[in-house]
Amino acid sequence: MREVVLTEPGDFAEWRRAARGLLAGGVAPDEVSWRGSAEGASLFGDAVAAAPAGRLSLPRALVEIAERVICYRDPEVPARLYRLVWRALHDRQLLARTTDAEVAWLRGADKAIRRDVHKMHAFVRFRRLGEEAGRESFAAWFEPSHRILRLTAPFFQRRFYGMDWAILTPDARAIWHGEKLSYGPGGTRDEVPDSDVVEDQWRTYYGAIFNPARVKIDAMRAEMPKKYWKNLPEAQDIAPLLAGAEARVERMREAAVSLANPLTDKWRTRVPEELLLDDDVKTLDDVARAVDRCTRCPLYCNATQGVAGEGPQTARIMLVGEQPGDQEDLQGRPFVGPAGLVLNEALEEAGIDRTRLFLTNAVKHFKFEPRGKRRLHQNPTTGEIDICRWWLDKERALVQPDLIVTLGASALRGVTGKSASIKAMRGAVHELAGGTKLIATIHPSFLLRLPDRARAAEEREMFVADLALARKLAA
Amino acid sequence: MSTKPILEKLAVLADAAKYDASCASSGTVTRDSTGTKGIGSTEGMGICHSYAPDGRCISLLKILLTNFCIYDCRFCINRASSNVERARFNPQEVVRLTLDFYKRNYIEGLFLSSGIIRSEDYTMEQLVEVARILREEHRFQGYIHLKTIAGADPGLIALAGLYADRLSTNVELPTEAGLQSFAPEKKSATIRKTMASVRVSESDAIDAAKSRLIGKAKPPRFAPAGQSTQMIVGADAARDDDILQTATNLYSGYQLRRVYYSAYSPIPDASSDLPPVRPPLMREHRLYQADWLLRFYGFERAEIMEGASGGMLDLAIDPKLAWALQRREAFPVDINRAPREMLLRVPGLGTKAVDRIVAARRLGKLRLGDLAKLTASVKKLLPFIITPDWRPGKLTDSADLRARFAPPAEQLALAL
Repeated sequence: MREVVLTEPGDFAEWRRAARGLLAGGVAPDEVSWRGSAEGASLFGDAVAAAPAGRLSLPRALVEIAERVICYRDPEVPARLYRLVWRALHDRQLLARTTDAEVAWLRGADKAIRRDVHKMHAFVRFRRLGEEAGRESFAAWFEPSHRILRLTAPFFQRRFYGMDWAILTPDARAIWHGEKLSYGPGGTRDEVPDSDVVEDQWRTYYGAIFNPARVKIDAMRAEMPKKYWKNLPEAQDIAPLLAGAEARVERMREAAVSLANPLTDKWRTRVPEELLLDDDVKTLDDVARAVDRCTRCPLYCNATQGVAGEGPQTARIMLVGEQPGDQEDLQGRPFVGPAGLVLNEALEEAGIDRTRLFLTNAVKHFKFEPRGKRRLHQNPTTGEIDICRWWLDKERALVQPDLIVTLGASALRGVTGKSASIKAMRGAVHELAGGTKLIATIHPSFLLRLPDRARAAEEREMFVADLALARKLAA
Repeated sequence: MSTKPILEKLAVLADAAKYDASCASSGTVTRDSTGTKGIGSTEGMGICHSYAPDGRCISLLKILLTNFCIYDCRFCINRASSNVERARFNPQEVVRLTLDFYKRNYIEGLFLSSGIIRSEDYTMEQLVEVARILREEHRFQGYIHLKTIAGADPGLIALAGLYADRLSTNVELPTEAGLQSFAPEKKSATIRKTMASVRVSESDAIDAAKSRLIGKAKPPRFAPAGQSTQMIVGADAARDDDILQTATNLYSGYQLRRVYYSAYSPIPDASSDLPPVRPPLMREHRLYQADWLLRFYGFERAEIMEGASGGMLDLAIDPKLAWALQRREAFPVDINRAPREMLLRVPGLGTKAVDRIVAARRLGKLRLGDLAKLTASVKKLLPFIITPDWRPGKLTDSADLRARFAPPAEQLALAL
């Protein structure tokens, strides 16, 4: 029987040195007895010679877990870990065998350590010692369940770089002076001041943020176990807060509704915006404001905003699309999404300057179906198009274009009031009542949806040709 | 300006902030004070530094800059017509408190909200100023969550996102009608526009980061922990279905990281048309469960509502179980063969358990005893699964299946 004496419980480096020696010597787990130095000197058995480490390869994840689990406060840990690394030498899949009892123990211990680490990150409470040369110093007393100081100290270093601090635990202490993290022997609670100047503020906050109407003691205890309470300044207030909760709620319920605060009228300086009557709409700016407040159909309920047309009032060509898409809805401008990009390219190819067009949509609010993190565009119904024609007509009346280009069937319906076939109308110039010319073509988003490349190129060419015709007509 | 001592202001302005549900400090970028030699770090995962007796975590210093407000939202303790005690911090006081608390490891950072004073823009400027002082003058690296003021200038929102980890705009009430009757000054369109400007700023920042020239410094990230919102549950007549409908719209439209559901809590000096009841905590809990199903379990809202009745989720059993009981033809599911998506639909299996099952079954067939090591409770799974040593037989279709899970009636009364 080999015997290993570990002088520093929880020291991974020491355990690893010993374990490497044993593994290199081919010593099976049941031939080793692991002892802590407190358990007395080794009486029997052969001490382990520091055998050359040789080439040992262990799964990295296992080494990482072992580094944490060595902190677990249980005398069996060094032996259990050795058994696991021994098995891992021959079984690379060991950690994945979650149903194996020893692996399950390892995972359980690791979980306990990680929880303890997390709780230490949360529940350490520093108390101020003083300030020297503009640098404040603090100290904390903490009693973790396991020997985790070395696992947690780097976190506090990263977080509190700009101040000096020490964390004392019964096993060890960690000290930070702004340059190097150092460790020392365990301490006692009375080495740390028993109060801090802002503790009153903290306890005031703790008492005020608690809502007496929703007491859930078990939920609190599950996350903040009682064993930590004695080092949390706010914990002394839990009992009195709970004792007073019921009465506070009762008082709330009984309190008669008092008269409105007389200051109300002074503060409430603003009257709700006067609603613009639809008939007051005299300019394109009025249209934009009024469209945004439009409630003629229910689409406004879910869309971000109404998106009115955009462009100079003097524009000779008016381009009418279907409705705002996701990007248009967010930005409040027409044709700024993917279809807008396609349109821009096509316009450029056709030799049309976008800034000289009036761009708008048949329907002013985005209609969509939420699907996870996206909004799927939905075609507007003829009803929605017809209701929204009110706004399209206003825009037409204000801009009075010579030529309207409708993009897609919804746009065609919006302009003509009738459902006609684009296919039948395409390529020709039509005349609307009042003499305005009309060209009907497809919506650029149609080009985005075509999976067949050759077909898409062909359709795109036709689309550019339609736009070029528009340019010629308006010239 | 109020001249109360800081302790009194803190009591008033923390009390006023306690109705806001969110207190998370997770999901942001990793940074620490090593490089800046200042104070503070965030490591992606939030830390709850304390818990209030109401079971809610205290992660951030959650306060209002002021509880004076020109709005008169009836569900709100700080509404203009309320007789609540008022106070106002100046930005320096909030900075001082945040740093003092942070250095003692009481908090992860600051969650700052405010009543609306003077104007939306003025209020937003004040909030941004606090964050600016913390970040620029004190090199504070901790977490900052700013409540955006709906209707504030998009330029201010864009600035806020440079300092804050998270921005949130509360929708408060899930329906247009609810807002109209309870919050006359608030318009859901204004709220959505503010959310949209956060999202637009977010994607602008991402585009800028993508298109930067190699070697150029990274542009600052815009609100890396994303945006969130809160809805009050139980103050108005909105049904769970309406609430989830609004939530799905918000998730899809503005890429919200979280929607918080806050059971309407009776407030002192309440407006007389609000329920003076205990907060509907179980309803709030079920909504959170449904929200999880939407985001992590591949459920659609309509599916969740299959297990509901009259647009309201079942209070006695969780929404996944409620759905499964309506869809028994989909069960039992073979633990060793079913695709991940289907395992996620088994009542009692969470995402972690499913991941463990999928990993473990690659190495060999899982039996009931193995499952016990991978999940919290096998008993709950029995009617819905098949393993080599278990078949539920008639159990899946048994008429009293719901009763096996639903708690006895008297326990329901103790939902608190």
